[in-house]
Amino acid sequence: MTLLLSPNAWWVLLSMLILGVASGMIGTLAYWKRQSLMSDALSHAALPGVVIAFAITGVKALPILILGAALSALIGAFLVQWVVSSSRIKEDTAMGIVLSVFFGLGIMLLTIVNRTGGGNVSGLDGFIFGQAASMVRSDVYTMGILGLLVIAVVYAAFKEWKLYLFDPQFAKGIGLPSGLMNSLYTGVLVLVIVIGIQAVGVILMSALLIIPAVSARYWTHSFKWMLIGSAFIGGGAGVAGTLISTMGKGWPTGPFIVVSSSAVFLVSLLFGARKGLVVTAIQQRMQKRSPRALPAEAEKSMVKEGGLQ
Amino acid sequence: MQGLAVTDLSASYRKNNVLEDVSFELPQGSLTGIVGPNGAGKSTLLKTMLELHPKLSGTVTFAGAPLSKMRRKIGYVPQRGSVDWDFPTDALDVVLMGLYGAVGWLKRPKAGHRQQALQALAQMGMADYADRQISQLSGGQQQRVFLARALVQDAELYFMDEPLAGVDAATEQAIMTTLRELKGRGKSVMVVHHDLQTVEDYFDHVLLLNRRVMNYGETAEIFTKDNVYRTYGAGLRWRKEVPS
Repeated sequence: MTLLLSPNAWWVLLSMLILGVASGMIGTLAYWKRQSLMSDALSHAALPGVVIAFAITGVKALPILILGAALSALIGAFLVQWVVSSSRIKEDTAMGIVLSVFFGLGIMLLTIVNRTGGGNVSGLDGFIFGQAASMVRSDVYTMGILGLLVIAVVYAAFKEWKLYLFDPQFAKGIGLPSGLMNSLYTGVLVLVIVIGIQAVGVILMSALLIIPAVSARYWTHSFKWMLIGSAFIGGGAGVAGTLISTMGKGWPTGPFIVVSSSAVFLVSLLFGARKGLVVTAIQQRMQKRSPRALPAEAEKSMVKEGGLQ
Repeated sequence: MQGLAVTDLSASYRKNNVLEDVSFELPQGSLTGIVGPNGAGKSTLLKTMLELHPKLSGTVTFAGAPLSKMRRKIGYVPQRGSVDWDFPTDALDVVLMGLYGAVGWLKRPKAGHRQQALQALAQMGMADYADRQISQLSGGQQQRVFLARALVQDAELYFMDEPLAGVDAATEQAIMTTLRELKGRGKSVMVVHHDLQTVEDYFDHVLLLNRRVMNYGETAEIFTKDNVYRTYGAGLRWRKEVPS
């Protein structure tokens, strides 16, 4: 528990809580935008930007590294769009290409910088699996403030996000600026990824986005509560993973966050109040016992046939 | 008050022309069916008029102003299959979305808005389903929710994309009653429609569409066997002449 003894400890935990909450919220947006995999591609795409930003400036200052990561991730997002619109390649394949090419490039650059840069660069390795304990006070502030900004954007436009995700065509029809919403969505997604990669790492950052949202889905039928639940699970996993990773010297943070959130997912999958496997099995058994208790909405709909074949 | 005027509207989809020089004028207080074969550009016409799909050329005006300036006066019912009904929300919440323009961006709906949404649901015979999960509604009930969402918009002009596709008979009647009532209140309604058997009963105007306007006008004059054959080409079953 070396971290808890340091003066930074509580600040690191607080900022991990904010990061987890922000990730959980953005993950819910990505889930309904059907872009869970996109978050994975973007976090991998951030790595070369981090290394290049460091190579150019020679200092390991988080704001500069975040800027590099954001640029690199945005280029990745743009490339995915470009590949999809200018070829027959589907989006999932395009994301697969961008993810591996950017990550490979990042590792290659990291190796070169490590060989030439001397001892100053050792901390960059932490961006792969995450090293929350390596954050200094100013890193914590940067992460916390940007995380709060992301949370505020989701909170303020809650009803707009819901409309945009549920029925984008209708949204556009009643005048919701869809171009702005698209940019805002990509903006908050990239922002939450780049502020998280130092602590969680580029490889596993997407887990903090995807797993809380999927877990929360098992507990509620309301978008609002899914958003809140996902924020709660994300925040919890962020704090728990960070705490566990401080128990051993040099233990990475990312994997422990993934293990924590996966534990919540497993419980949700089995015992979730909505669609949880155990609950569903009990419901089915009860229905078998009373075959007459059919739901009222099971009325057959008579499909009209047009005059066409 | 001038109605909807469309002049030389053209649009393409993946480099294929799907709409060519579409022109027509819609009188106020009319109920118009858009009829044509698959791939005729019926949905694309609605989307292009609403600027949801980019146009290549042409103009669309409503009451003399471009449609983009009249969004609050236009109600839109997308195809039921265009959204994911697994989305976690209830019927009332979907209807409330029709009021988001009136509520104002970044503001939360108030009790009055909720009341309006409940009334619209009641009008569609869905009062008992307000807090029902949308994933647990039947196809007909989902379509009624979409109609209720359009009703709360209190628009002057309505575009509806196949509201009668795959719904039960009771829902079809409920929707038609609502459309006739809208027409009675001087609103204009354009409906993409698939069922040739019911065109004469349901619509006072018909737009026969196959990439271009084949015929447009009052149903009694336009909806003839010759015109419909010309629109659909070969292979059409006309009424009950051919046993199915």
